[in-house]
Amino acid sequence: MSPRGLVRIALPLVLLAVAVAVWDAAVRAFAIPPYILPGPALVMGSLVGDSGLLFGSLAVTLTLALEGFALAAIGGVFWAIVFNQWRLIEYSFYPYAVVLQVTPVVAIAPLLLIYLPQHLAVLACAWIVAFFPVLANTTLGLRSVDRNLVALFELYKASRWQVLTRLKLPAALPQMLAGLRIAGGLSLIGAVVAEIAAGSAGAGSGLAYRIAESGYRLNIPRMFAALLLLSLAGVAIFMVLSALSHLVLRRWHESEVKEDR
Amino acid sequence: MAAANPIVSLRAVGKVFDSGTAALDGLDLDVRAGEFVSLLGPSGCGKSTALRIVAGLSKPTNGVIEWPASRAGDAAAGRIGFVFQEPTLMPWASVADNVELPLSLAHADPAKARLAVGAVLDHVGLADFTAAYPRELSGGMKMRVSIARALVTEPRLLLMDEPFAALDEITRFKLNNDILSLWQTLRQTVIFVTHSVFESVFLSQRIVVMTPRPGRVFAEVAIDAPYPRDDRFRTSAEYAGYCRKVGEVLAAAMDARP
Repeated sequence: MSPRGLVRIALPLVLLAVAVAVWDAAVRAFAIPPYILPGPALVMGSLVGDSGLLFGSLAVTLTLALEGFALAAIGGVFWAIVFNQWRLIEYSFYPYAVVLQVTPVVAIAPLLLIYLPQHLAVLACAWIVAFFPVLANTTLGLRSVDRNLVALFELYKASRWQVLTRLKLPAALPQMLAGLRIAGGLSLIGAVVAEIAAGSAGAGSGLAYRIAESGYRLNIPRMFAALLLLSLAGVAIFMVLSALSHLVLRRWHESEVKEDR
Repeated sequence: MAAANPIVSLRAVGKVFDSGTAALDGLDLDVRAGEFVSLLGPSGCGKSTALRIVAGLSKPTNGVIEWPASRAGDAAAGRIGFVFQEPTLMPWASVADNVELPLSLAHADPAKARLAVGAVLDHVGLADFTAAYPRELSGGMKMRVSIARALVTEPRLLLMDEPFAALDEITRFKLNNDILSLWQTLRQTVIFVTHSVFESVFLSQRIVVMTPRPGRVFAEVAIDAPYPRDDRFRTSAEYAGYCRKVGEVLAAAMDARP
C-alpha cells in the first residue's frame, strides 16, 4: 500500500485512540458514575458479555435494513426507468414520490405499526427512506446523457431498448451508485426509527429496541455497546457500497479514477 | 474528378427552430459522389444545422432533400457517418467497443465486426489502443476514435461537424493530413463543416460559403490544387492565394443582407 494510503488509515485510528484515552481518563479523573457515562472498558465489557443478545439483535435490524435497501434499490431503479420511458407516468407519480420523501419517517412509523405486522412495518420504513435517493439519482442520471450520443444512436437507428440498455443505463451508473450509497445508510436509519417506535410499544428484538430497553433499565454501558454496533453496521454498509461503486466506475468515471501526478 | 450525378441534393431547404430562430433559408446544395466539400461560414450560420438535416437528425421546416443515386434512400443506417464537434465517445466503453457500436447496434456478426474494427483502427493509427478507455487518450486520439467509428460501417457519405475546432494547431494539422489520406484511400463523399478558411482550403475540392443566419449559399469556390496535399501545399503561394480569395468571399458573405 502507498504511504498516502497508510496515512489515510492510520490518522483516523490515531484520532480514535486519543479520543478513547481522553474518554477513559475523564471518566476516572472526575469519577463519573457508569449510569451517566461508562468508561470504554465497561462498554467493551458489555459488548462481550451481552454479545449473544446484541449480535442477535444486530442480525435482526441489519436483515430488515438490507431487505428494505434491496427493495428500494430494485424499486428505485425500476421506477426511474419507467418514468424515463413514459413521461405521463412520471408526471402522474413523481409528486407522490416526493411526498413519500419529505414526510418524516418518524411520523409515519407509528401509523404503519398499526396497519402492518411489526417486521413488515420496519421493512416499510427502511424502504420508504431508501427509495427516494435511488429514484431521484437514477432519474437524474438517465436524463444527463450526452445529447450528441443520443443523436449518434438515432443516426444508427438504435431501438428504444438499445438506447436504454446501451446508452442511458451505463450513463446513469455514476448517479445511480451515488443514490445507492445514500440509500444504504438511510435504510438502516429507517429500520432503527421504526424499531424505536415499535420498541416503546414493548415489542421487538432489534438493536434499536435494545437501546430503548437499556435506557429504561439505566443499563448505559449496553446502550453504548448497541450504539457502537449500529454505527459499525452503518459504516460497513457504506464501505461495501463504496467498494462496489469503485469496482464499477474505476476505469472510466472521474470520481473513481486515481490521478497520476 | 467528381462525377456529375449528385449523391445528395438540398432544394430550398429552410429551418426555423421552435424558438422562432431561422437557421436556414432557401439553402440549395448538390454534393457529388466522391467529392470533398466544405461548408464555410461564421458561427451560427446554420451550417451544422444543414449537416444534421442531411444526416436525418433534424427535419427541415421546408424544402426537400433528395438522394438521386440510391433508390432505398441513403438515410438507411450505416450509410452515413457523422463526426461531431466533440469526440462523443461512451466513457464506459473501450476504444474497440466505441468503434464497434454502429455495427453492434445493427446486430452485425461479432467476428466480422471485430475484424472491421481492427481494420479501421489501423487506418486511423490506433491499432495499439483497442483496450484503452477514452479518458486515457489525448484530445486528438479521441477524435481519431470518433472518425474510426464513423468509418466502420463503410459509409458512402461522411459528415464532419467542425471536428477539429477544439484541438490545438499541431494536432489539427496532423489530423487534416490524415483525413485527406483517408479520403484518398477510402473514397467516401465528405461534407466538412468548418469556420476556418485555412482548414477548408487545405482540405476541400469545393468550398460552399454561407451567409450569416439565416444561412443560405452565398458563393462557391473551387480549389483546383491537386491531391495529395501535404505540408508543402500548406506553405505554398498557391495555398495562400486561395486562402486570401476565400477570405474575401467570406468577408463579403458576412456583409450580405438576406
